[in-house]
Amino acid sequence: MSLKTILLLIPLLPLAAAAIAGLLRKQVGRAGSHWVAILGVGVSFLLSAWVLYQQIFLGMETQNITIYTWMISGGVHFEVGFLIDHLTTLMMTVVTFVSLMVHIYTIGYMATDPGYQRFFSYIALFTFSMLMLVMSNNFMQLFFGWEAVGLVSYLLIGFWFDRESAIYAGLKAFLVNRVGDFGFLLGIAAVLYSFGSLDYATVFAAAPGIAGKTVTLIPGMEWQWITVICICLFIGAMGKSAQAPLHVWLPDSMEGPTPISALIHAATMVTAGIFMVARMSPLFELSDAALSFVMLIGAVTALGMGLVGIVQNDIKRVIAYSTLSQLGYMTVALGVSAYSAAIFHLMTHAFFKALLFLGAGSVIIALHHQQDMRYMGGLRKQMPITWITAWVGTLALIGFPFMSGFYSKDSIIEAVAESSRWGSEVAYWSVLLGVLITSFYSFRLLYLTFHGQPRYRVDVGAGEHPPDGVVQHAPHESPWVVTVPLILLAIPSIVIGYLLIGPVLFEGWLSDAISVLPHNNVLEHAAENFHGPVAMAKHAIGTAPFWLMITGFVLATFIYQFRPALADFFKQKLPGIYRLLENKYYFDELYQKLFISRSVRIGRGLWKKVDAGVIDGGLVNGSARLMGNLAARIRVWQSGYLFHYAFAMIAGLIGILAIWVVL
Amino acid sequence: MASNWPILSILIWLPILGGLAILTVGNQRAPLARVMALVISILVFVFSIFMLMAFDPSTAAMKFSELSPWIAAFNVNYHLGVDGFSVPLILLTTFFGVLVVIAGWEVIQERVQQYMAAFLIMEGLMVGVFSALDALLFYVFFEAMLIPMFLLIGMWGGPRRVYATIKFFLYTFLGSVFMLIGLIYLYIQSGTWSILEWQDFPLTLEVQKWLFLGFLAAFSVKIPMWPVHTWLPDAHVEAPTGGSVILAAIMLKIGGYGFIRFSLPITPDAAAALDWLIIALSLITVVYIGFVALVQEDMKKLIAYSSISHMGFVTLGLFIAFAIFQNSDGGEGAALGVEGAMVQMISHGFISGALFLCVGVLYDRLHSRMIVDYGGVAHTMPWFAAFAVLFFMANSGLPGTSGFVGEFMVILAAFQANFWYAFLASLTLILGAAYSLWLVKRVIFGPVGSKKVAKLEDINAREALVLGTLAVAVLLLGLWPEPLVNLMHASVDQLLAHIQQPKFTMAGN
Repeated sequence: MSLKTILLLIPLLPLAAAAIAGLLRKQVGRAGSHWVAILGVGVSFLLSAWVLYQQIFLGMETQNITIYTWMISGGVHFEVGFLIDHLTTLMMTVVTFVSLMVHIYTIGYMATDPGYQRFFSYIALFTFSMLMLVMSNNFMQLFFGWEAVGLVSYLLIGFWFDRESAIYAGLKAFLVNRVGDFGFLLGIAAVLYSFGSLDYATVFAAAPGIAGKTVTLIPGMEWQWITVICICLFIGAMGKSAQAPLHVWLPDSMEGPTPISALIHAATMVTAGIFMVARMSPLFELSDAALSFVMLIGAVTALGMGLVGIVQNDIKRVIAYSTLSQLGYMTVALGVSAYSAAIFHLMTHAFFKALLFLGAGSVIIALHHQQDMRYMGGLRKQMPITWITAWVGTLALIGFPFMSGFYSKDSIIEAVAESSRWGSEVAYWSVLLGVLITSFYSFRLLYLTFHGQPRYRVDVGAGEHPPDGVVQHAPHESPWVVTVPLILLAIPSIVIGYLLIGPVLFEGWLSDAISVLPHNNVLEHAAENFHGPVAMAKHAIGTAPFWLMITGFVLATFIYQFRPALADFFKQKLPGIYRLLENKYYFDELYQKLFISRSVRIGRGLWKKVDAGVIDGGLVNGSARLMGNLAARIRVWQSGYLFHYAFAMIAGLIGILAIWVVL
Repeated sequence: MASNWPILSILIWLPILGGLAILTVGNQRAPLARVMALVISILVFVFSIFMLMAFDPSTAAMKFSELSPWIAAFNVNYHLGVDGFSVPLILLTTFFGVLVVIAGWEVIQERVQQYMAAFLIMEGLMVGVFSALDALLFYVFFEAMLIPMFLLIGMWGGPRRVYATIKFFLYTFLGSVFMLIGLIYLYIQSGTWSILEWQDFPLTLEVQKWLFLGFLAAFSVKIPMWPVHTWLPDAHVEAPTGGSVILAAIMLKIGGYGFIRFSLPITPDAAAALDWLIIALSLITVVYIGFVALVQEDMKKLIAYSSISHMGFVTLGLFIAFAIFQNSDGGEGAALGVEGAMVQMISHGFISGALFLCVGVLYDRLHSRMIVDYGGVAHTMPWFAAFAVLFFMANSGLPGTSGFVGEFMVILAAFQANFWYAFLASLTLILGAAYSLWLVKRVIFGPVGSKKVAKLEDINAREALVLGTLAVAVLLLGLWPEPLVNLMHASVDQLLAHIQQPKFTMAGN
């Protein structure tokens, strides 16, 4: 098999699996659908790992392959193809691995769901779309993958389509993403306008040529052209990676089944924006203004969304806000030109956040779809594997030394501290404070769920839909299809940072994809001081992030293990802040008023007043009345059957046309 | 083999004569009428495939030309020919010719032979519009094609069909009268009705502007553009499903084709001078109509408004060429715009046709087009839901479907003309998704809306065949548009070269 065939198989196998599981759902049955999906994604993972192996150990070069020409128009070649460098392969491997874990987990989680085959079809289709996105060698295919993952996300959020809240959340996710894509598409158009091509290699090579070019879009304001391009592209990333103020769809996306919250809304799809900006680093490097913008958006998200996480009671929503906050960290890293640190955190986050979500899912099925942490507690005894893996995920998330999240998050904080970009002080304080917040809400979740006394009671006779706090059967550990993926995700959550920080961050493993200008290289200092992962962890103990993390731990332990009344005390003492956080800064209400209600009002106004009122009422019906009066006078000559005239007219027409035949 | 045959005449007259033959079948023999219609429409489609295979896309010259005198006294000729603009549209016409026959198979129970005849005759006349090279011949087809459509709405239409038909007639008649005046003027000046000769006929800028406005009156109504669009939603609502399909999929395109065949090449300087007007109207159409579509309560009206909004991209793609010429050297983006407009027309044919068929499927079962009467259709009609979601996604321009291609091309081109054109046009990304998916949410998803919905039966094999064929077309064109755009490169290049040559200098202005 040629390399091209192998690369083609990687996305096409999941696509084929999706088609079989979806279109032949009756024929293959439930087991058939999960086998075909797991096989497709599993082989795809193995092939991705093989490519990774080839690159690391056999020195395989960057591959830039055209698959076919989509279209040639206006002198532009639109092509479908793959760019396989280290960045791509890393993403491919992470995506297919997490996807495979989620596939296996789904067997257990969705075991009794009537939409079983449909679900497997969707997640396999998602894997295909995500692979097309990361493997693309051009902007058009990137946009294809970008929207395709959005489509699957929409379908999966609204998977339980008889729930009003689920289909609303799906629609909301798609529309908010479309707002981002609106900017993204303009960015792509700007790229084509500036470079005459949508091919990465061509565009990146030509990028330095447009530095200094300016444009006046609004009279009196002159902008760097490259800044306009980068900000437009980044607006796309803000939608997909849920950065404030386009973050509002992600918490609601938790309406979808938990496996997809892990796969799509934590590990992979939402990181597409981070990946995209890293991929475009040759462009972003040229615009300090755009990078400052990126950094500040990330900083606001990292801190602001973490704070909201503290007051949430729904276990999935806590993790969702945590995801927002961590995406903010990645965005900050992009903003200070530490692209590889962002990608590194993306990877570690994919493992431990998928782990946390799947762990939450394990708890949720144990409690018969109870998601409210106020009705949990003490589950460590019944669910030891879920409990331990949740601890692993938590330690990784808060950045405990030697855990994967430590290496990636500490590197980001380090990089921000080094940065001298405009606004980097603000970003530094945000990411630093964020450590405390992260630690606090993570332990809060852990304690409320697994520790203390149960806050639910078991009542066998409670019926099909028991009230909150009552479950029909005592919770027990989940089946192996659920716990094995937890364990398999816990392993990289522990070791991947330790293993890969050297090569990915400091040995230039991603330098074939990511370009950083020398004066922006904030990781250089850290690289000089890097003497292996052990030294780095040892060195970190005692620094500010470490103490902040410990503070968060101590606070959470004190409040949720020993003084639960304290939480209510703060709630009552600080009602303003509490309400602000509980209502998520009122973004939803604002958007409802500002955009949704207003759009409907505008539409109705234009329709009723202008279309029906002015155009139809005034102009059309006016002349129609005139015609009507005229017609009344000549009606005497007519039979009144429309089709009589009509066929007579056609006959006449044919007669006239026939003349040329005769003559 | 097809090169020796009068292939275009076959494509025009086979359905017309076939339709007349069906009319002679008695009222009692509906099955025979159906089979005849199916056989004829398939034959026509097969012939159109022959034409496609024999078509040489490498030159812009008119292919398969037929020329014989018709009314010699006025130098009127029966002159046919096709280029890269007309061939895709003719294929779209013959393709839908087959589909509407199948779609109306058992749905239409009354006056079957007249129904089938009307469609076949209309098909032939529309092919005539797309292949006529004599302006008077064009005009005859252009007007005659409306007659079967009036009949369809008038005989098989809804309760307000009289209002809708009169409105339809008034609009199109007023529009085409102005065009007719223009055509007669051109004949008097040039002594010929040949569209091709008119393209090289020198005219002063002043005259061109009047002619341009005359053409605009006809084609802006047909396509339609804001503010002469209000006939379309009414016509669609009252038309039977098949009528809506042909109206949306083919007839609207005649407006776009008219701009390409008449406005741009015959009055290029006026088009350059008045491009701001068309661009402004196009952008208003895209955005304004997008908002109006959002609040529709009737599914057919929503799709009708959505069609209008999408047609804004056609006129935008055609008329941004002049701004691109000024902005960039070479102006290659102009080709992207014109080809994008063409792709948008073909794609919209597939998608809007499919959407009207989807509404037809629901209407046949529940006899309602109102969104509130549905909800949770996916529970009882899962296959239908899958098709409907695909087509509505295509309607909102999802990449991988044909709906993306044309909009993408026009937006890319519009950016080269002016950032703000692209900005406003791109709003369709949000608006299109909003009205399409909001409808999907209310009709397809959600809890089962009523007892009637709970009793719905999923699509049968015939409906699956029709929707499946369109789904394949939508996906194929979305995944590989190259074969389509390849058909028109030469014609587009020639058109763009032509409209950059000022005509009025020849006229000594």
